[in-house]
Amino acid sequence: MTEKINIFGLTVLQLQEIVKSIGLPVFTASQIAEWLYQRRVTTFSEMTNLSKKARELLDKDYCILLAEPSKVQVSVDGTKKYLYPTEIGKYVEAAYIPEKERATLCVSTQIGCKMGCLFCMTGKQGFQGNLTTGEIINQIQSLPEFNKLTNIVYMGMGEPMDNIDAVLQSIEIMTSEKGYGWSPKRITVSTIGIIPAMITFLDKSQAHLAVSLHSPFDEERQELMPIQSVYPITDVIEEIKKWNLGRQRRISFEYIMFKGVNDTPKHANELVRLLNGIKCRINLIRFHPIPGTPLQGTSFDDIVEFQNRLKSKGMTVTIRASRGEDIFAACGMLSTKEFLKKQKETDF
Amino acid sequence: MSSKRQLLELRVETIRSIAHGVFILSFKHNFHFTAGQIIAVDIIPDGKPRLYSIASGENEENMEILFDEKKEGKLTPFLSKLHPGDAIYVSEPFGTFRTYTDPGYWIASGTGVAPFVSMARSGFGKNKILIHGGKADENFYYSELLESIMPQQLIRCSSQQEDTKYYKGRLTQWLKDQKDLPTAYQYYLCGSAEMVVEVRDILISRGIPFQNIISETYF
Repeated sequence: MTEKINIFGLTVLQLQEIVKSIGLPVFTASQIAEWLYQRRVTTFSEMTNLSKKARELLDKDYCILLAEPSKVQVSVDGTKKYLYPTEIGKYVEAAYIPEKERATLCVSTQIGCKMGCLFCMTGKQGFQGNLTTGEIINQIQSLPEFNKLTNIVYMGMGEPMDNIDAVLQSIEIMTSEKGYGWSPKRITVSTIGIIPAMITFLDKSQAHLAVSLHSPFDEERQELMPIQSVYPITDVIEEIKKWNLGRQRRISFEYIMFKGVNDTPKHANELVRLLNGIKCRINLIRFHPIPGTPLQGTSFDDIVEFQNRLKSKGMTVTIRASRGEDIFAACGMLSTKEFLKKQKETDF
Repeated sequence: MSSKRQLLELRVETIRSIAHGVFILSFKHNFHFTAGQIIAVDIIPDGKPRLYSIASGENEENMEILFDEKKEGKLTPFLSKLHPGDAIYVSEPFGTFRTYTDPGYWIASGTGVAPFVSMARSGFGKNKILIHGGKADENFYYSELLESIMPQQLIRCSSQQEDTKYYKGRLTQWLKDQKDLPTAYQYYLCGSAEMVVEVRDILISRGIPFQNIISETYF
């Protein structure tokens, strides 16, 4: 007996290929997409505007698989961290962050991560696989607070640009008329600066881009982020400068502040020089310490001082509110705990 | 609007299997590069090239890359089937992972040894110790060459071969076994993120400043 193919996470174009292959009219694909992503049904029998024959044909070889979160942690500030099982028996996290006028979900794109940043918990479980488009969309659609969501940020586990095809496909489902029909302006994708994939993203999507910067100095950034040796931040910024992104699309630079490492006036001045000529926002982030880290977070007062220095040079700078500290909302904390419980064999 | 890295058409000189599923591919070149740098490689001119560390020395006529064939991979199953004379598309070398003349440790898992092989072949091995981790003895690539260049400075850690000629255990265990790891040395790491992160955590717990740890991860 062959295993049924999961159609959750497929775009209208992909669904068209399937319906054609089983002899159904092409328009059936749009109907299925509406049932999947707008009415959010989980069985073919619920797709009542499809013929009985179509439903039976689909049910014979295909299925609709979604996964409910297996665990949730709730912070005193209302932030919730959900743990989702994946098809290969691992776990990923999604953090739901409610605020006064918006509710954001931070989604994962990979199980673990290949980038090995010094300040990140996810890296401690190594890389175990890419999420499929269905697994990315599942974090959104299976969220109990789905109807309250206003924004999606791809800032959970993994480097989105290292799984660019699935990321773009998931954005297509969220923004297409037959999908959620959301504006791409509600979506932000982060990257540490994998230039070829970033170019594809800028070309094929209208969503916002957030670049993890963390130090304007090459050597220092390399100590924090190994990717710097392959794609230096100056090259990333040069590439961004070539794009005319219009008024609607936003570029932001994420800057986690580490005490005594990247929080001096010299750093602020160099940031201003580096980002000169880009219409952007700098997002200063308090560091959530992780076990065994040699890094400490900059105090809030010093972050404000850093912000003021940047503002005085004409930069747009925000300080990201710290959320979910009591449940370790930094990405990777919960799933790494699950992962370490059953650590796999390695080849070294 | 955007700039993707240009690839040059070159010809395969040799391709040889050196262990189960592991290959060395070489081609003639006119590049100037620094040991530790990488190149983007593809078998078509406008595809999605993958990145590989250069394994040959700075002044050698042929450039070499070391790769393991991933059955589900989009490039390596095709790379391994190339023949001498076939076209290959290669970028100019780039990247800033490099070694310096100060004493240090080179720490690698699997094919992550490639940049250190290049560094050793380029004359940087004099005051370095190479710690190489692999599943079995056949995974210590370029062993003969490295023995000829730095015979007293090689530590090979075989994690799964019972009758290994070398240290039996993971390279992380070897590091934990050491009483003293010099805090003033430079530590260069190359391999999977999992290895890099685990080794980095060990080094930091032993008092090595994170500023002395320079890493490159596969991706």
